[in-house]
Amino acid sequence: MEYTLFILLLPFLSFLFLGICGKWLSHKTAGIIGTCCLAVVAILSYTAAIDYFSLPRLADGSFRPVSPFDINWLPFFNEGLQFKMGILLDPISVMMLIVISTVSLMVHIYSFGYMHGERGFQRYYAFLSLFSMSMLGLVVATNIFQMYLFWELVGVSSYLLIGFYYTSPAAIAASKKAFIVTRFADMFFLIGILIYGYYCGSFGFNFNAEGFAAGGFMLPTALVLMFIGGAGKSAMFPLHIWLPDAMEGPTPVSALIHAATMVVAGVFQVARLFPLWIEYAPDALSIVAWVGAFTAFYAAAVACAQSDIKRVLAFSTISQIAFMMVALGVCTEITTGHEHTGSLGYMASMFHLFTHAMFKALLFLGAGCIIHAVHSNEMSAMGGLRKYMPVTHITFLIACLAISGIPPFSGFFSKDEILTTCFAYSPFMGWIMTAIAGMTAFYMFRLYYGIFWGTENKELHAEHTPHEAPLSMTLPLVFLALITCVAGFIPFGHFVSADTRAYDIHLDWGVAGTSIVIAVGAIALATYIYKGERQPVAEAAAEKFAKLHRWAYKRFYMDEVYQYITHRLIFAHISKPIAWFDRHVIDGFFNFLAWGTNALGFQIRGLQSGSVQKYAFVFLLGILILLFILIL
Amino acid sequence: MIQIEYILLISAVMMFAGIFGFLTRRSTLAVLLSIELMLNSADINFAVFNRMLYPDGHEGYFFALFAIAIAAAESAIAIAIMINIYRMLKNISVDKLQKMKW
Repeated sequence: MEYTLFILLLPFLSFLFLGICGKWLSHKTAGIIGTCCLAVVAILSYTAAIDYFSLPRLADGSFRPVSPFDINWLPFFNEGLQFKMGILLDPISVMMLIVISTVSLMVHIYSFGYMHGERGFQRYYAFLSLFSMSMLGLVVATNIFQMYLFWELVGVSSYLLIGFYYTSPAAIAASKKAFIVTRFADMFFLIGILIYGYYCGSFGFNFNAEGFAAGGFMLPTALVLMFIGGAGKSAMFPLHIWLPDAMEGPTPVSALIHAATMVVAGVFQVARLFPLWIEYAPDALSIVAWVGAFTAFYAAAVACAQSDIKRVLAFSTISQIAFMMVALGVCTEITTGHEHTGSLGYMASMFHLFTHAMFKALLFLGAGCIIHAVHSNEMSAMGGLRKYMPVTHITFLIACLAISGIPPFSGFFSKDEILTTCFAYSPFMGWIMTAIAGMTAFYMFRLYYGIFWGTENKELHAEHTPHEAPLSMTLPLVFLALITCVAGFIPFGHFVSADTRAYDIHLDWGVAGTSIVIAVGAIALATYIYKGERQPVAEAAAEKFAKLHRWAYKRFYMDEVYQYITHRLIFAHISKPIAWFDRHVIDGFFNFLAWGTNALGFQIRGLQSGSVQKYAFVFLLGILILLFILIL
Repeated sequence: MIQIEYILLISAVMMFAGIFGFLTRRSTLAVLLSIELMLNSADINFAVFNRMLYPDGHEGYFFALFAIAIAAAESAIAIAIMINIYRMLKNISVDKLQKMKW
């Protein structure tokens, strides 16, 4: 499977070409080059998936990881600790290849319409290629250090794309915020990697090294540190603050990076190191579960009160990624089989990652069509759009039903597995997650009714009639909607499971029934409150719980808390004194040295008069003195 | 035959005249002349010591000839430099040459 190298190489070459020669190309040419490269990458990814999953299974029924490339890139001090670069194919990386290449291709096609006539169109496609390359490199990494390298590249391309509209101060601030927050988390990731490398003796994913047992407490520490890095990328509370702001970037970018691919990197990382977590840090795994559960709840609560449609989707993304984290966190064993529900979470998490990537990309692309039509992100500018945009309306509805967990759409199946595994972990966790799933259905349909039903903003629509998006934008919508309809019936457990042995997904109707009832109830509630022309119930509730509503609208003031901690505490009491010390003491010392040397030079420069005759006179005197001494 | 002391006396007088001239004269040309004077006194010493003390050898004569050739080349360069300085500054007094000082 040597051709997998081209999966990484093609987007990289496209990035270089578009980045360097972009300004001599027309918009159309640049877009076609980028899209064609991605199309080839998608075909190669599908081929790789078919080839990989048709390989014979091992005797115990698991898939063998295949590594077509593993080059020694940077040797360190000893034999074991080397920095390798390569491609590792195993069920989750192949699954991620499909997700990334599909969504990326859809976004490339969609951007033709969405970014039409935009300044810097070529640059946009170059950055998209860079991002695709880095994300694909991240998932096929053969070792944790390569993963870290591409992890940072993903962060950089995310930074570049959030700040794509570099004339808007909000976009610049958002891009900086995203970069700094994730970099801050990545610092812990790096420390974790170094600890891991020290005890493991290599950075590879070989999970039975002798050093682990000797490591004792250090290995769980390393895993938790790496999880902090993953939490930064995956926007887990309290490192989630960058993701809502990242919505300042172009909407297709939000669909690709901040909904489908990059933000699940943290989930992927935990899944990648999953055997380690289970074997050496089963207690620490509950940290993952509870952080995830809290984030899911927090984000769902905030999403209920936002008015910017992209912000609602951003918080719903945070909430759904937290679902995946929870599913990984509640695992208790690695052996799969019908009686082992302890490892179901792994499969559930990956399944949800897969389905969520598709329907959340669909939601974002749909939101992009809507923003394209009404030129605003605010729900107040929308309402009643179903007449104007039928395709967007239907596909958006399908995605909303999928995320709410209504059968037969894909979200139902994956979410049901997550809830089953949560109930197996503890009923308390199960009920919490079921409740959050209900909140998900509620806020998604609040969004849906707010956009497509409800009061039409007649003045706005009169001067600029909303219209359906062009074909290049609706085509990806339809494609992703089709995937969302059928993805639930994929026998996902046959391909991806905790120990890669085939596993049959079977619905637990007790859990599934409950979640369907709750989801339908939440949708009915949302319909009752938000469908009408006027929304007396919503207004009354907002009036009654004014404080709560305000807090949720302001995201429980998390940004203000950060502002306070960084500016008032850290900057004022730590950074400023350090800066003063640097300016005055450190710089002062060296300035003093320079000044002293200078002054000394001025004092003795009279000796170097430049008059040869004076030199000669001194010379003669010296000779006479020497002569005198010698004669004596 | 002239005694060696007389000749050495002449060369010593020439040498000290050269040193005196070098230290006191303001004109660069005169300083150059003084240097030539010193060189010539050294040449005389070479020749005299060769002639009087080691009449069989020729090293002293050759050395003197060599020094004369070097001195000629050196003074040619020195005069060329002086001409350039004069063109630039309209002056060749040693104490006025401060153009390249610090």
